[in-house]
Amino acid sequence: MKRHALSTRIWHWINAVAFIVLFGSGLTISNAHRYLYWGDYGFDPADAWLRVMRFPSWMTIPQRYDLAEARDWHNLSAWIFALALLFMWIASLINRHFWRDVATSPGDWSPRRWLEVIKSHISGDHEQPSKFNPLQRIMYGLVLGILLPLMVFTGLAMSPGFEPIAPWLVDILGGRQSARSLHFLAAWALAGFAVLHILLALMPSQWKELGAMITGGKKESRHG
Amino acid sequence: MADTTRRAMLAGMAALPAAACTELAQTGPAGDLFDAAEDWHRAAHRALANRQALAPEYAPDERSPDIRGNGSLTVDTPEYREQLANGFADWRLDVGGLVANPLILSLADLKALPQRTQITRHDCVEGWSAIAEWNGPQLSRLLDEAGVREEANFILFRCADTLYGRAYYESVDMVDAYHPQTIIAHQLNGEPIPEKNGAPLRMRIERQLGYKHAKYLTGIEAVASFEDINGGKGGFWEDVGDYQWYAGI
Repeated sequence: MKRHALSTRIWHWINAVAFIVLFGSGLTISNAHRYLYWGDYGFDPADAWLRVMRFPSWMTIPQRYDLAEARDWHNLSAWIFALALLFMWIASLINRHFWRDVATSPGDWSPRRWLEVIKSHISGDHEQPSKFNPLQRIMYGLVLGILLPLMVFTGLAMSPGFEPIAPWLVDILGGRQSARSLHFLAAWALAGFAVLHILLALMPSQWKELGAMITGGKKESRHG
Repeated sequence: MADTTRRAMLAGMAALPAAACTELAQTGPAGDLFDAAEDWHRAAHRALANRQALAPEYAPDERSPDIRGNGSLTVDTPEYREQLANGFADWRLDVGGLVANPLILSLADLKALPQRTQITRHDCVEGWSAIAEWNGPQLSRLLDEAGVREEANFILFRCADTLYGRAYYESVDMVDAYHPQTIIAHQLNGEPIPEKNGAPLRMRIERQLGYKHAKYLTGIEAVASFEDINGGKGGFWEDVGDYQWYAGI
């Protein structure tokens, strides 16, 4: 049996590309109005809870200020991102990946276990476990179960054409400008996760793991 | 792996997609995909919501203190100044194109029609929102009176303002044209529409972003296609900035 199912690997890489395009184009969209508000409305910088920096062009898609083109990239990638996420969730529930590998047990919520995991990573003497450690379960659960779906729902909530379909979605998110603020916060939380995730995956001891996300790897990789 | 190598690799990984996207967007297939994605958004919105499904309406105390002026903030002509000074007594709205019975309406004519009052949220493509009360006759009423012909597919809005030397205009399909909240507003929060917000008339297209809500409205035209009109993309920002014609997202 493979360490990572084909469905997981396909989703992982499609999601990675979609996220990079969404994030870069999202920074251009943020540059269009660099103030975030809570509630239904917001247009006056004096009412903003956050004044956002102007993201430099090397970070943005496209690499110059072009809101129309950024929206094109964003609204195209959003389809791929959302449909891939749905596909991943269906696959993970059917093949039990979620229940087997991601769902936490009460024992996972132990700060002492978390410290042990971190210490073993820092010292570099950790083995290749066949299962996710508690921090991985919690992080992946947070990303897959909360942050990624939140991006889709807060994104939909900003669309005036979608709103008549599910006006309650905008309401439960606290209004359109709150949805916009949450979209921004969740995007940066995911970016933070992605940086950590990439740094950890590039640690020499993890190269096998990196390879396993491409080839599938072997379940018994810790003996390999 | 050496730390510098890793850092260089990460920097390269970060810059690559942006550069690649810039490259791709300038070639044809990406543009076609963008348009397709926008069509899917429109199709999804239309399939999942009733054609007449309403945008949310708010209570008077949920209004924002003001509604920001954006884009054109006036019409820079002596004629407009004069009209503004005399309360737009001579302003005329033409309803024409593919109609059986073209109309020319004054503000008084528009005010004599049944009115719809709605407190709705205005969402700009830039990201900000404002909530205000708008009042005016429904577009569907004017279109019925003018008798839109079978071959018309879009309703075009002509405006008095110019930006970058080009006349502002916009267009919507018949679904949005006949939507109950699509009104020709002449009042904002109970007062005549201020200059910065499009005095004396502006469209409200409540299920789309602000750039569809044509200000300083002078004409309503039923057309079969907008391919031969101005830049051919159905609206000012569509022509000038390549913004998508469907602004429901």
